[in-house]
Amino acid sequence: MHRVLHSFANPFYFRQALPDIWSGFTINVQMMLIAEVLVLVFALVLAIVRGLPGRGAKPFRGLAIVYTDFFRGTPLTLVAFAFILGIPGLDYPGISHYSNEVYGIAALTVVYTAYVTEVYRAGIESVHGSQRMAARSLGLSYGHTMRYVVLPQAIRRVVPPLLNDFIGLQKDTAIIGAIGVIEAAAQANNFASSYFNFTGFLVAAVFFIYLTIPLARYTDHIIKERELRERATAT
Amino acid sequence: MNANGHFVAVENVTKRFGDLEVLKHISLDVEEHGVVCLIGASGSGKSTLLRCVNLLERVDEGTIVVDGETITNGKVDVNALRRKIGIVFQAYNLFPHMTVAQNVMLAPRKVRGLSSNEARSRAWGLLDRIGLLDKADEFPDRLSGGQQQRVAIARALAMEPKLMLLDEITSALDPQLVSEVLNLVRELAQSGMTMIIATHEMSFAREVSDKICFLDGGVIREQGPPDQIFRNPREPRTREFLARVIEAGRM
Repeated sequence: MHRVLHSFANPFYFRQALPDIWSGFTINVQMMLIAEVLVLVFALVLAIVRGLPGRGAKPFRGLAIVYTDFFRGTPLTLVAFAFILGIPGLDYPGISHYSNEVYGIAALTVVYTAYVTEVYRAGIESVHGSQRMAARSLGLSYGHTMRYVVLPQAIRRVVPPLLNDFIGLQKDTAIIGAIGVIEAAAQANNFASSYFNFTGFLVAAVFFIYLTIPLARYTDHIIKERELRERATAT
Repeated sequence: MNANGHFVAVENVTKRFGDLEVLKHISLDVEEHGVVCLIGASGSGKSTLLRCVNLLERVDEGTIVVDGETITNGKVDVNALRRKIGIVFQAYNLFPHMTVAQNVMLAPRKVRGLSSNEARSRAWGLLDRIGLLDKADEFPDRLSGGQQQRVAIARALAMEPKLMLLDEITSALDPQLVSEVLNLVRELAQSGMTMIIATHEMSFAREVSDKICFLDGGVIREQGPPDQIFRNPREPRTREFLARVIEAGRM
């Protein structure tokens, strides 16, 4: 037991590792924030495209389905390897000369967009058809009906699962670290190889947990609030 | 107005859901400023007929002319047609994420292109008329069913429709809330609004309408002035239906 503590939770090494891992962790936060914003936008667009009515939109719907099927089924590690190692190798002007962090963000965005598209889609489908009917019968176009009636209700409903996916995304920024971005997990690994002590992993874990707990509590709060509201309307 | 002088002319309309014929060769005219009530058991096709008139449902056969325009030939601008037809549903269908005032203002702003101020003053006028000005900034789920339904009527009126379709708008209400909604409809009728009303409220139908249509199994069995239908129904099916209504204490 003593050896375990010494190796994984040594106060001396904890302090020692803190600065480097913290500076690595700021990279995680950066990747996560940028990827989350991009995911929110792209996934919404894809979800809307998947729901477009009519025969003319069929090819677009098809492309959206192929996209989500492909990237939901592909491990993030593969996509990250392909982007970080593959794209610079192409040597295309304009896309091949960014930092690994940028390709890492791209990989996270591409994969998580596929998940979040499905979340949005579930939300859109959960809005009762009578809402669309009421909007259309007032003369609102399909676009206006989506924009003002369906999407506001849909997005409100999917906030908890969205936050859940974002907790996943935060943690997966560490995968990018394994492939060539010096973020918290990679710093912890460096520390372990220099000092033959693994307390750095605990430091990194603490940072990640500190980031996810507020999100998790906020998600709980939203769910509870909604339950209260719905119970109030049921009476 | 069309050539026949009817504001709405439904001619020989048939509507199917799969193999099921829910409307069979329906013909019905509504005059401008006229009020027609559709009566009949649930499932007789009343709602479907209303939905065909504003193209929420497509008819399979026959034609419908509204305000001189044939709407069933597939060439009509659906959104333009719906601008002049208001519909109110049994379940109110207010937008739950918007306040009462926002519910009423949405279509005038986005469809008619009214400025925020114009839409607001129109909404305030209507809410005043339905006696719910003090609820303007409440969300719909804070209102009673009767209040919600009055807001739904105001929301439809905000588009200044030439025709109102009311689809069993009191069927989901507690009995004590029915009259506040019916009073509003009565007032609309007196102001000359052209309306087609599907309803189970027989006394109301009798009082407010110029013409009663009895639907039964997707067919109009009988239509005529209210006095004739309620006092002297010619068809045995109408008599049966009305007898059952009286038995149930709904008249």
